[in-house]
Amino acid sequence: MIVIGELINASRKDIGRAIEGRDAAAIQQVAKDQADAGADYIDVNAGIFVDREPEHVRWLVETVQAVTNIPCAIDSPDPAAIEAGLAVHKGTAMINSISLERERCENLLPLVADTDLKVIALCMSDEGMPETVDDRLKIADALVERLTGSMVKVENIYVDPLVQPMSVNNGFGMEFLNAVEAIMERFPGIHTACGLSNISYGLPSRKFLNQTFMAMAVAKGLDGAIVDPLDRKMMANIVAAEALAGRDDFCMNFLKAFRSGLFAF
Amino acid sequence: MAVEDISRAVLAFNLAGVTELVQKEIDAGTDIDTILNEALIGAMDEVGKRFSDGELYVPEMLMAAQTMKAGLALLKPHLTGDSARAKGTVVIGTVKGDLHDIGKNLVAMMLEGAGFNVVDLGVDVAAETFVQAAGDNGAGVVALSALLTTTMPAMEGTIKALQEAGLTVKIMVGGAPVTSGFADRIGAQGFSADAPGAVELARKLMAAQGGSS
Repeated sequence: MIVIGELINASRKDIGRAIEGRDAAAIQQVAKDQADAGADYIDVNAGIFVDREPEHVRWLVETVQAVTNIPCAIDSPDPAAIEAGLAVHKGTAMINSISLERERCENLLPLVADTDLKVIALCMSDEGMPETVDDRLKIADALVERLTGSMVKVENIYVDPLVQPMSVNNGFGMEFLNAVEAIMERFPGIHTACGLSNISYGLPSRKFLNQTFMAMAVAKGLDGAIVDPLDRKMMANIVAAEALAGRDDFCMNFLKAFRSGLFAF
Repeated sequence: MAVEDISRAVLAFNLAGVTELVQKEIDAGTDIDTILNEALIGAMDEVGKRFSDGELYVPEMLMAAQTMKAGLALLKPHLTGDSARAKGTVVIGTVKGDLHDIGKNLVAMMLEGAGFNVVDLGVDVAAETFVQAAGDNGAGVVALSALLTTTMPAMEGTIKALQEAGLTVKIMVGGAPVTSGFADRIGAQGFSADAPGAVELARKLMAAQGGSS
């Protein structure tokens, strides 16, 4: 499982303030905590600062990478912000995210074309939010075709099938899960990734629902997740679910995690 | 009292019960506006309050609205044109470039539950479409939704377009990244953080308008 740590997001009040006040220590603490907890990428988002997003993203990438040796997921639809982040990024970054929305696709495709960058491909088009497996597959087909046509390797693509809240339609959970399975089967070597907290919107016990949903998604083949790595139960769930899904040879990761105390709640 | 029984049935999400009780009241010759306002809308106000207090959750709000609507459907043929229009028209939509509809749908549903005539323009709605619909429908209030920081500026553009068209509608805004500070800055008359709050706000704005324009 590729874990993308979601905490450095300007829409969280503490983070927004730290970015605005250039509080490097605060940002670095959150970056280190996530890396120590097992994040593979640190997501950086300065989306609330519409005018100053590029300079903020650039500062975030530099600040985060000064204390961690893992890559960032640059979280923006704005090509200027992504370029500003990439200019100072060490290693191979992830772009979060391209979609089939015309403007976003046209803006971001040239940035990832012919590179080794990882890219999250969000199943969203100008026609709206996908609801069914078929809606999602249609968008995924078009996105994968455009990306691979621009010389992006299929193994660098993380399709996000887009989680919709089950509080408004109790079919939304399974439509998402079946889409994960269908996408993983359809494009050998591809990945799927998502932020899944949207599943529990409008309901109580959200963390518990998110953790359960994660285990179900792992069973369907999900191999990337935008999560809070400091949520120990979530991380434990991921490790256990991957072992149970037969994706952990000799249960080595599970046993390692057990010995490091991950399952001692 | 039978009107209270209808309210209780809505709050218990008892669709069959509401249908039966409303029909009984209609047959008994109970004032239609009393059934509408005191039983059905009153119950939805209570649902909204309980939702805002964190006692009820989204699926329960949806279920209550569905139950209320079943009762409303029975009343509709008996409503005079005046009472159907009395609460005013709200034109609602998600602004240009933004495809999110869940929050907007919840607000539209609660506005209907409060008895407003709701014209839902959907998502990715251009400023000129809002202007056209507000004019055509004689809207008292226009409600704008945006879920992305990148589409919040489209709210400002839409408000400008409504003002430039000379429409006297009141404008309310909402959506996860939207704040009351932002609402003030772009010239909206109101902001709400949730669907029941949007109902109260629409009532206030509509009253300031003197009903529908």
